[in-house]
Amino acid sequence: MNRLSWFNTVSLTLGFAFLYIPMLILVIYSFNASKLVTVWAGFSTRWYGELLHNEAFLDAAWVTLKVAVFSSSIATVLGTMAAYVLVRGNRFLGRTLFSGMIYAPLVMPEVITGLSLLLLFIGIGLDRGVLTIVLAHTTFSMCYVSVVVSSRLVTFDRSLEEAALDLGCSPAQAFRLVTLPIIAPAVISGWLLAFTLSLDDLVIASFTAGPSSTTLPIKIFSAVRLGVSPEINALSTVMIAIVAVGVIAASLVSKRSLVRQQKDEQEAARAQ
Amino acid sequence: MIRFQNVTKRFGTFTAIDNLSLDIFEREFFALLGPSGCGKTTMMRMLGGFESPTEGRIELSGKDIVGVPPNKRAVNMMFQSYALFPHLSVWDNIAFGLRRDGRPKADVEARVAEMLKLTRLEKFARRKPHQISGGQRQRVALARSLAKAPKLLLLDEPLGALDKKLRQDTQFELMDIQEKTGTTFVIVTHDQEEAMTVASRVAVMDEGKLIQVATPDRIYESPENVYVADFIGDVNIIEGRATPEAGGEDDTYRIDWAEGETPLQATSATRFDPGQTCYLAIRPEKVTISAERPEGALNAVQGKVLDIAYLGNISTYHVELTSGTVIKAQTANTRRISRRSFTWEDPVWLSWTVTGGVLLAG
Repeated sequence: MNRLSWFNTVSLTLGFAFLYIPMLILVIYSFNASKLVTVWAGFSTRWYGELLHNEAFLDAAWVTLKVAVFSSSIATVLGTMAAYVLVRGNRFLGRTLFSGMIYAPLVMPEVITGLSLLLLFIGIGLDRGVLTIVLAHTTFSMCYVSVVVSSRLVTFDRSLEEAALDLGCSPAQAFRLVTLPIIAPAVISGWLLAFTLSLDDLVIASFTAGPSSTTLPIKIFSAVRLGVSPEINALSTVMIAIVAVGVIAASLVSKRSLVRQQKDEQEAARAQ
Repeated sequence: MIRFQNVTKRFGTFTAIDNLSLDIFEREFFALLGPSGCGKTTMMRMLGGFESPTEGRIELSGKDIVGVPPNKRAVNMMFQSYALFPHLSVWDNIAFGLRRDGRPKADVEARVAEMLKLTRLEKFARRKPHQISGGQRQRVALARSLAKAPKLLLLDEPLGALDKKLRQDTQFELMDIQEKTGTTFVIVTHDQEEAMTVASRVAVMDEGKLIQVATPDRIYESPENVYVADFIGDVNIIEGRATPEAGGEDDTYRIDWAEGETPLQATSATRFDPGQTCYLAIRPEKVTISAERPEGALNAVQGKVLDIAYLGNISTYHVELTSGTVIKAQTANTRRISRRSFTWEDPVWLSWTVTGGVLLAG
């Protein structure tokens, strides 16, 4: 392992300090015994205990989870279908326009997306609640899924599908038995992306949520406006932990499979 | 068995196949040969059902198959990239087509075992495609496309990705398997040596048209035009004017080809009018090189050695004639460490028989 020069060490330290010191402070204060957030009064886990008894937070967490699971699943199905048609479909009128339009929501300010959805829901007389948040989240996360999946489909060898057809598959069977298993990693990472986007969305959710359906980010945001409580620090630390475990697990899995595949290929080359 | 009738295929304004008619017979090993972009792959994709002709009919066993989707044809294809399913094992790859037919499990197992044996892959059945070598992958692709016992097997540049030694071995394996299974094979290739080796009949294509369809030896020995002669193997082309020989046989012609050179003589089955432009195609191995003018030789020209290419088994001499034309002559190196008879700048005589060359109109 090469040693880093002093310049690189400093850049690395600065960069990471910039990224992680705020979070670190949050984690540290979540273990504060004092009720006052800014005064350190010794180590304690009492706020984690209190969190477990805070019905409002738990309800909000449950709503958030439900919204994230449903919206990311629907977005994955719709986004994959859209990507497939745009990459694979025969040329049709307005195809370029459509593929441009699918990316547009990525750069659309969230406030505008949220407002337009709100107007739509009011216009069609849909009561705001979990359903409207799911619909809204599906709308904006679908294009992320479609971007991820279509970038995989572009490099997908089309003759694999032709081979499946040639061997007697109907087009639907070819998709289910050949295309889908091969692009599965992209579909899964699209789902994960949609899931995390939905988990931490505040702006669009606050436009489309009703009084009975508050998501966790909305809850935290409104609680913070009344003053930061140590309970929120504890809640945030739990979320950081969940996200960190998820990210590390995902990268470990993909790295392991990559290493195994490289090893297999080397062995195959040697055997030749 | 297969009949193309006036088939035309256009992509936009580009004509890939131009009013082409062709018959391919049962149990044939048929090669479509041509440079890239000549339409050979389009022909194959039309047989596979991945493209449909703009005009014309394609019949398979007497039935029009235009419009029949690929999964409803008794035709299987071996893809250039092999297109093995990376998420399935070798065994499952071969079983894939059989399972789609909904055959009983025992049937599928027996057929896969048979295919593995035919392609000598028994040891690798449980491996994934990325765990085997290129040659093995090629055999898996072949086994998979043969598993359903198609009436017709299409092979798209099947050996392109293999190195030369492996390719030659595999060519003989392909011929062996074709004989054993009795399937009609249609192979697409740009490698003329490959087409000559494996095929029982070769179609030379260019710009969406068939130039010549014949057995490999006829393609080589009696090409119908300069394009075929030039595309297949090495050849010397001498342009000149043909005149029927007065005293000789009916089909002997005198060719005036350069100022100050003795006219050449050649026989031809096709008729040439007096003074008609003609091209004499002579293969380098049919040209004899010697130090003295060979006695009684009707076609003999003098020149000096310009270049020598030593290929181990043969040597090719490039000889420049006094008129500036360069003629290639080949000799087999039959004796080991033989003293090279000729070297650079040596004056030599080149000669060939009256029937050694082919007289072509264009």
